[in-house]
Amino acid sequence: MNATTADTGGARAKGALIMDRHSCAAKMLLGRLGRGFLLCVTAVPTAAVVFILFFIFKESLPFFENLGNVREFFTSTNWAPSREGDPHFGSLAILYGTLMVTVGSCAVAVPLGITAAICLSEIVNARISRIFRPIVELFAAIPSVAYGFFAMAVFAPLLQNHGGIMISALILAAGLPIAGVSSIPLAEFASSKIFKKPSPAAVVALRIFAGAALCSAVAYAAWRVSGVEISSGTNAFNASVILAIMALPTIVSISQDALSAVGRDMREGSLALGATRFETIFKVILPCAKSGIAVAVILGFMRVIGETMVVWMASGNSLKIPEPFYNFFEPVRTLTATIAGEMGEADQTTGSARYHVLFAMSLCLLVSGMALNWLSQRIISRGAFARKKGGK
Amino acid sequence: MKKTIATTMTLIALAAAAFTSAPAMAEKNIVIDGSTTVGPIAKAFADYYKEKTGIGATISESGSGNGVKSLINGACDIANMSRFMKDSEFKTCVKKGILPVAHVVAFDGLAVVVNPANKVGALTMAQLADIYTGKIRNWKELGGDDAEIVVISRDTNSGTYETFNELVLRKNPVVKGAEYVGSNGQAKTRVASTKNAIAYVGLGFADDSVKTLSVDGILPSPKTIVSGKYPIARPLFMFTNKYPKMGTPVYDFVTLHLSEEGREIVRDLGYVPVAE
Repeated sequence: MNATTADTGGARAKGALIMDRHSCAAKMLLGRLGRGFLLCVTAVPTAAVVFILFFIFKESLPFFENLGNVREFFTSTNWAPSREGDPHFGSLAILYGTLMVTVGSCAVAVPLGITAAICLSEIVNARISRIFRPIVELFAAIPSVAYGFFAMAVFAPLLQNHGGIMISALILAAGLPIAGVSSIPLAEFASSKIFKKPSPAAVVALRIFAGAALCSAVAYAAWRVSGVEISSGTNAFNASVILAIMALPTIVSISQDALSAVGRDMREGSLALGATRFETIFKVILPCAKSGIAVAVILGFMRVIGETMVVWMASGNSLKIPEPFYNFFEPVRTLTATIAGEMGEADQTTGSARYHVLFAMSLCLLVSGMALNWLSQRIISRGAFARKKGGK
Repeated sequence: MKKTIATTMTLIALAAAAFTSAPAMAEKNIVIDGSTTVGPIAKAFADYYKEKTGIGATISESGSGNGVKSLINGACDIANMSRFMKDSEFKTCVKKGILPVAHVVAFDGLAVVVNPANKVGALTMAQLADIYTGKIRNWKELGGDDAEIVVISRDTNSGTYETFNELVLRKNPVVKGAEYVGSNGQAKTRVASTKNAIAYVGLGFADDSVKTLSVDGILPSPKTIVSGKYPIARPLFMFTNKYPKMGTPVYDFVTLHLSEEGREIVRDLGYVPVAE
């Protein structure tokens, strides 16, 4: 069977080789045309990106030409772009709101996402992981306006009516496992400091002691916040939690890929040397996968910074820096929400400052996005480099 | 390669040019520009008018100020405006040989709403202004519970915001801690679910899920708005150059609000018809 196919193939190849010059030229022309067409198609998205970049730079420049504007933009919280004759473009509160929501959502999404990735890749068996991963990735398929609606119509009233209890439950749910896990290395560290040669019983006792101490600290914190009343449910906390859910699929799937990419030889080598599963995960696999995980976190970060609809509906869009500055239960406004909210009033025909300031905000987002992108590329290339070197 | 790109570019440019000049060639279309508040009325009128006569309308919503500019440049037949023309705009019009004529097509009233659980039922204009500028921060000062007021405003894009800002705040800045929402419906939902919130919405949106406050002792209703007793209301205009010739499409369009169908359309959109 195989021999015959090979034979006919050979005959065809021979026939193709003997060609008159005309058809040869025609084929070459066709090939060139095809290549040219494909190049054109590829050039379209690239050109579109370049055009958009150029446009954002061009339209934000008039705003940055006025130095007084720039100083106000970064240092003042007086945002009154529509006041006739005396407009103000102080965006400090908006920049701070963006930072706050981004940091807040990463504080939720990063530990959760990496833990989930470790669990899916290292702890549970492949069958369960195959069930869970698509579910997590499904989060990415939900349109952001649906998230926003959920945040406004379901999560915000919940926060208002049962805010304190919800947060203390959240602290317990997140804090107790963290306390439990971190008590182990803590006890190890403490025992190596206290005893010269720790007996197993002493280590166990220390572990129990450390675990109990940490857990009770978490419980105390939960008890303290259970009495808090939240006057408005659309606030930085709400936006952070919803954005964290949106960033989870990115973080989970990319970190899981990074963890799975760590070779079987590493795991087996570590286990063969007598390391426990815990030690293998935390001392071998995680350090090996750290560049991939860092990229996952950065991509999650970028997803959060660029998100508009959710923050527009969930963050309350208030124009002040919360008091005190770490109060996540006050409404804030982000750059993206401001651009979306002010766009219609910005008059592009007259090219007012109000129009250009929105492009200046886009530029801020663009620059931070590009910086993050650059950072992730750098981490990837360095990771690849390190691996190559390690291979030698 | 380069030639191919050049040819494609030229073709695209030609196509774009053809598309942009197409609407200008169709003379029959009524061209309308201006306020985003009057926009929905114009759109609904245009749909109705197109169905009835086959004559379409091109509607842009670029704000009242731009509506006037379009009228002055002869770029539109009708300028929608949610405020009357300013002196300076009127003078420019006359200088350019345009005689603006105002047609009041509807009234727009804003209801001030709070959560049904709120004890406060009436406010004065001064109190309302104080709440939104941040001088009053607690319901206690207004005879309600001891709770911080959650101030909710519409986003600065909306005509509703402009009306409120002009009629109630006299263009004073809104308190910095105020929350901004993107639509009337969202404002209502937030108030319905937030115990200490206050917001303003178009009259059509104030339903049973929220409590409508009386302002200066008067509850908003089509009647109190048309009679001018309710203070947070304003007329909505369409401006034309001179009074349109009777029988022309533009004449039909700016008189549509007087017919029963036109009044129904206005009512459906949550505005108040002129002859209520």
